[in-house]
Amino acid sequence: MACFLVPGTEAIVTTIVTAVVKHKEKKHLKEANIETKDISEKIGTNFSTKLGWLNKMLWGGSALLAFEHVWHGEVIPVFPFLTAIRDGEAAGMLHEIGTAGVTMAVLVTAAWAGMVAVSSIIEKRQAQNEDTKEVKA
Amino acid sequence: MTLLITVFAAIFATLIWYKNTPDNSMRYGTLALMYWGASIMWFVDAIFEYAELGAEFFTPEAADMLNDAYLGLCVVALGLIIWMITLFIKDPKGVIKKALLKKGA
Repeated sequence: MACFLVPGTEAIVTTIVTAVVKHKEKKHLKEANIETKDISEKIGTNFSTKLGWLNKMLWGGSALLAFEHVWHGEVIPVFPFLTAIRDGEAAGMLHEIGTAGVTMAVLVTAAWAGMVAVSSIIEKRQAQNEDTKEVKA
Repeated sequence: MTLLITVFAAIFATLIWYKNTPDNSMRYGTLALMYWGASIMWFVDAIFEYAELGAEFFTPEAADMLNDAYLGLCVVALGLIIWMITLFIKDPKGVIKKALLKKGA
């Protein structure tokens, strides 16, 4: 009915968080005198880039899901935009938002957390390998 | 059917991204992440539908399947359009910029 609203709302929040994190990272890099191009070589993929992965999944998923709702006539181009509200089925819609919508947002975030964890492990191993090479040399 | 088509689109986009990495100029990663996000969301939808319908979920009517397949293809097309628009806006290779400047000159 309107489950896409939960990941859509999360996408708005994470986009704002990404902008703030990006701004802070730029400030830190400027202070540390590191060129933006060299970041991935020196400190790995920065957190704002990783947050960008979540943004893309949430925005893309919500947009495509919203299209599906338009297809099924659950979203309409006139006020109140949701047929569930127009037809007095707000309780059912809220139930779906609270169950399916929240699960969608949680699962996408969990998948992203898994991606971040794997990329962090790879980066750590890479750094350890480089340290070992330097010690041997 | 919509879930299945979107998952295949996500796999295909991921393979293209993998083949072209580290060259990120075509932003295939964005396309793959968009499809994966949608796939996860439809997967959740499918779980809730399965919980409601039970085994009936796996034996849809032919007309419903056709409609879902049509929707799936439209979703893939919409994803490609969104990706293309973001690619043109970001214009990482500067192609649009060059074309516009050439015309202006």
